[in-house]
Amino acid sequence: MNFDSYETNGFYDELFAADAIPRQPMSALIEQINGLTKTKLKRHQKAAELALFQQGITFSVYGDKKGTEKIFPFDLIPRVITGQEWQQLEKGLIQRVEALNLFVADIYGKQQILKDKIIPAELILQSECYLKQCIGLQPPKNRWIHITGSDLVRDREGRFYVLEDNLRCPSGVSYLLENRMILKRTFPDLFQAMNVRPVSNYCDTLYDALCYLAPDHSRTPNLVLLTPGIYNSAYYEHAYLAQQMGITLAQGSDLVVIDHHVMLRTTKGFEKVDVIYRRIDDDFLDPKTFRKDSCLGVEGIMECLRRGNVALANAPGTGIADDKAVYAYVPDIIKYYLDQDPIIPNVQTYGCHDKKKKDYVLANLDSLVVKAVNQSGGYGMLIGPHSTRSERDDFAKKIKASPRNYIAQPTLSLSRSPTIIGDAIEGRHVDMRPYILYGESISVIPGGLTRVALKKDSLVVNSSQGGGSKDTWVLDN
Amino acid sequence: MLSRVANSIYWMSRYLERANNVSRFVEVNLHLILDMNLSRKQMQWEPLVITSGDNEDFLKRYHYADEKNVVRFLTFDEKNPNSITSCILLARENARTVRESIPSELWETINELYHLVKKNSRKRKLNDLQSFYGAMNQYGNLMTGVYQDTFSHSEAWHFSQVGMMLERADKTARMLDVKYFLLLPSAESTNTPYDTVEWSAVLKSASAFEMYRKQYHSINCHNVANFLLFDPHFPRAIKYCINTAARSLQSIIDLLNIEVRAKDEMLKLQEMLSKTNIEQILNNGLHEFIDIFQLNINVLDRAIYESFFIK
Repeated sequence: MNFDSYETNGFYDELFAADAIPRQPMSALIEQINGLTKTKLKRHQKAAELALFQQGITFSVYGDKKGTEKIFPFDLIPRVITGQEWQQLEKGLIQRVEALNLFVADIYGKQQILKDKIIPAELILQSECYLKQCIGLQPPKNRWIHITGSDLVRDREGRFYVLEDNLRCPSGVSYLLENRMILKRTFPDLFQAMNVRPVSNYCDTLYDALCYLAPDHSRTPNLVLLTPGIYNSAYYEHAYLAQQMGITLAQGSDLVVIDHHVMLRTTKGFEKVDVIYRRIDDDFLDPKTFRKDSCLGVEGIMECLRRGNVALANAPGTGIADDKAVYAYVPDIIKYYLDQDPIIPNVQTYGCHDKKKKDYVLANLDSLVVKAVNQSGGYGMLIGPHSTRSERDDFAKKIKASPRNYIAQPTLSLSRSPTIIGDAIEGRHVDMRPYILYGESISVIPGGLTRVALKKDSLVVNSSQGGGSKDTWVLDN
Repeated sequence: MLSRVANSIYWMSRYLERANNVSRFVEVNLHLILDMNLSRKQMQWEPLVITSGDNEDFLKRYHYADEKNVVRFLTFDEKNPNSITSCILLARENARTVRESIPSELWETINELYHLVKKNSRKRKLNDLQSFYGAMNQYGNLMTGVYQDTFSHSEAWHFSQVGMMLERADKTARMLDVKYFLLLPSAESTNTPYDTVEWSAVLKSASAFEMYRKQYHSINCHNVANFLLFDPHFPRAIKYCINTAARSLQSIIDLLNIEVRAKDEMLKLQEMLSKTNIEQILNNGLHEFIDIFQLNINVLDRAIYESFFIK
């Protein structure tokens, strides 16, 4: 298989500067793939899929009684980012996370940013993501956001934007690590030839970041990863991360609160827990504080947190900073807390809570992307240029009924990356989710989960909507 | 370690062992049938169902114990909780909930085995299944190696050993019980070639044929029963299983430094085997002995649950 007939079709392409002209640092990759026969490349693809299947990195096909399991689609051709590009991204992401952490602390503390009228107070106080239960909370080391996965996209000119921030236990990092493992087997000689930066220390950095939060440093902290259990779609990742860090993978029923300390039920008796990397939503965390019907959480855990007897990563309440309506204010947030201009820009966003903007959105539905503020996974979205008349009418009704719940953005012409489609290589739209950890300091893993919309011309990369993933190579040059 | 995790590892290991035993029983029987005359063939399948302990469920749904029905019931019937399919499914579900506590190699082997079973469950012809039972056997041996060499021999591993060995002792006992009951009264076939063939099959069902031969050379029911009950060295003999389980239980108790009732129950089981011999047992009734033995395994299982798994 080769790139002879590959076309960029006027989009920004991650590997090609123009038709038949690879970007300079990527030429080794292009040459290698050009040198592979179709059979060989297909065999590599099969081997990769089999490896994922055997490791059980699968999901059950919904509604299939035979229990058929499938792997998430994975494309062998990596997406490559140069060293210079990465340097800027890294700085920008660190800046963003630092500001957002200060913002969350302020919102549940003095609310200075609201008093100074940088953000309309009602936008925050009426948000579903603003948790009154967190007012006055002082999490260890004043860290709220420990693990972030912000979604980045590029436009037609190749400029990076932050599309959204995910501050509520973002998932996907295990795919990043597994994808890398597979590509190391597929293209072993390219890693040295191209100077690809390693990602393998992610779990060590995560472990250190979690340990840093421990209330008591006189002994090795007892860390736990709290999972909703095997039926959760990200269960594989929970088990994987716990295993890689060598920490306990617990379900809510394994934990109990005794004298305001969180305890594990072990074969020996109760054992005190210091830090919980929780992968369950705020709502389900503590039936005493949040949803009463939650069986996934631990009763009384919020009081332990309040007393400083346990640390939670991420802290509850961080959702207020990734509410899509608040997103529009992130540049102001960065300016306010750090007195800096944002290094990575936001995508132009029209929050419909503002009447003028709402009117603009309603008049331009056919060219905009409309999103519900509190949904993810590609749900609750209207992509104007690809929509039908009745879909637009439907969204117009929804926006008029609850303007606060909708934002709109111009339809970006996302960059594309070469992808194996059947027997050919074609361009497909991609985004990228880098992972940022905040322990003692902030660090970004040099790589990311590149998601690719496998359907021709589709702009939706979510796995629930026919998306796949790619390994992401950050070069050291 | 977490009580829930210990419980899952214990059951994961029991289910794996159970699947393996069922597979071996069926495979041996398929071979045995070929050496039988017609009238014996008819009665050769029902004991397998009786050994599994699910006779009632079987008769309700299948009515008649012929080859086709029994093989299906024991191998791929998902409604039978002790079929190979069900056991592997349960082993995998348990393994999934403790994925972070067991070596990846073990999880991946169980996962592969699961997909092997799924793939074969579409086959309908018995002759196509021969290779499947062979593969089951190989996976069983592979699993033992993975357990042995990729898993730290500490608390979690010891729970797996207790589970595996108790299950194995139970299955060897059941098999001996049923076969003895079935073969003994057939006076007309005593000392005929059939007799030897059938007792050989009993040994093969426990992978014990060659090791038995080295010790006793000729095959008779007294020695076969003695070997499967009391041999201290053969890994599927009941005495070996119970002693191994007892050592692992003791290791757990030492590691945790606690007093538990499970220890007393284990001692009872060991004494049952040490305070008697094959002559006494055959005189008083093998079936009666095995009945009490199995009852004591169940009591021990309950005691382990209460000692470690609910906190």
